[in-house]
Amino acid sequence: MIEVRNIHKTFGENHVLKGISTLFEPGKTNLIIGQSGSGKTVFLKSLLGLHQPDEGEILYSNRVYSEMSEDLKRNLRQEMGMVFQGSALFDSMTVVENVMFPLKMFSSMSESEMKDRADLVLKRVNLKDAHHRLPAEISGGMQKRVAIARAIVNKPKYLFCDEPNSGLDPKTAIVIDNLIHEITVEYDITTVINTHDMNSVMEIGEKIVFLKDGHKAWEGSNKEIFKTDNEAVTNFVYSSELFKKVRQMYLEERN
Amino acid sequence: MLKEVFRKPTKWPIMKTLILKDIDDLIYGSLGIIIFISFFIGGVVAIQTALNIDSPLIPKYLVGFTTRQSVILEFAPTFCSIIMAGKVGSYITSSIGTMRVTEQIDALEVMGVNSLNYLVFPKIIALLLYPFVIAISMYLGILGGWLAAVMGEYTTSADFIKGLQLDFKPFHVLYAFAKTMAFAFILATIPSFYGYYMKGGALEVGKASTTSFVWTSVVIIIVNYLLTQMLLG
Repeated sequence: MIEVRNIHKTFGENHVLKGISTLFEPGKTNLIIGQSGSGKTVFLKSLLGLHQPDEGEILYSNRVYSEMSEDLKRNLRQEMGMVFQGSALFDSMTVVENVMFPLKMFSSMSESEMKDRADLVLKRVNLKDAHHRLPAEISGGMQKRVAIARAIVNKPKYLFCDEPNSGLDPKTAIVIDNLIHEITVEYDITTVINTHDMNSVMEIGEKIVFLKDGHKAWEGSNKEIFKTDNEAVTNFVYSSELFKKVRQMYLEERN
Repeated sequence: MLKEVFRKPTKWPIMKTLILKDIDDLIYGSLGIIIFISFFIGGVVAIQTALNIDSPLIPKYLVGFTTRQSVILEFAPTFCSIIMAGKVGSYITSSIGTMRVTEQIDALEVMGVNSLNYLVFPKIIALLLYPFVIAISMYLGILGGWLAAVMGEYTTSADFIKGLQLDFKPFHVLYAFAKTMAFAFILATIPSFYGYYMKGGALEVGKASTTSFVWTSVVIIIVNYLLTQMLLG
């Protein structure tokens, strides 16, 4: 569980996060949405500990981040997995070496135990025949699967994903969304996804936090987002004709 | 940056692999160009010296003496380090810079890895072997000078060897290796700094490599001057 209490972040004159509070529960896919420049990336980086908020607190399973020593912070990061927008795979390592990397760095497993664990998670993300290929030799969708495998190999408590669907075709994007959702439920992870993808919002958004100009403008689930009258949310989520029709159909069905 | 490089070290088995890889990339991978340049520059130094001392009053063994002094004191440690700033320095900046641009460094940090230690420390250790490269450069520079001088009939082999042995001061070799160690540290750290702290995309990686080469060269030249003044002045 991650609890965010009234965090503020300023860069020079630019007040990016303006008092955001929310709660991300384990076993749920939590989505952060909002327009470009709304503060999503700064918010996610604050959750990752890459930015220190100027005010407010972030609590990881009731542990206050700002009160931790540097060593405890590094240890906390070992409980986190991150799927980057561009996958951020180590390009000099093969797929299996990438997945084994967190284990090599932090576990006391033997080489064979690490290989078994890597095989298991690669199988879990449906990648079976790419173990010895380099990241440059596999497709974008496969790279995302490897990134997910690397993020979960060390059994993290918290999983963060930055635009996990960017650059993927719609079919692969849905597969990646479902995979993240399944893993979240299966391993009871607190997952936070930063996304622009409205398909993701509709498919897996069990909790959605909508940011606007650094404020939390709305929060709720993918079911509630159909019903909301919040103008900022409806202008953003239903900006395309397709989603306008989807919402209309949903509301007509309910009536 | 340097404080963080030496803080919270990476596990030894992983660090050992990284150091061996960097020895392969930075040291072994540079031998070809250093061997080639040293051999021919040594030859050119010998020929130039011979052509400029054609007076019968100046003994021919000075060709060997001048070649030895030029190669050991300046060419091998300083000139080779400038070449290495281009080859190794650019490689370090662009490889670390690309990791920055593609978020691989963020990935290391998020995992709780001390990315500066992971990326920069092995390079500093690998470049501790840099004096061996310079020793090879000294040997081949003098060999190239001897071959050029003898085969071009600028002097005899005996005269050249006499010049090589003339007024030999072992401290000059020590001075050359002291400079080399300082240059090795500069070659590992300045390009790493420019790669690690770069911002932007692919274009900026190229710009960072160029800036890194310029500043590494400038610092090498200044440190060379200061060390020469301190040790020989």
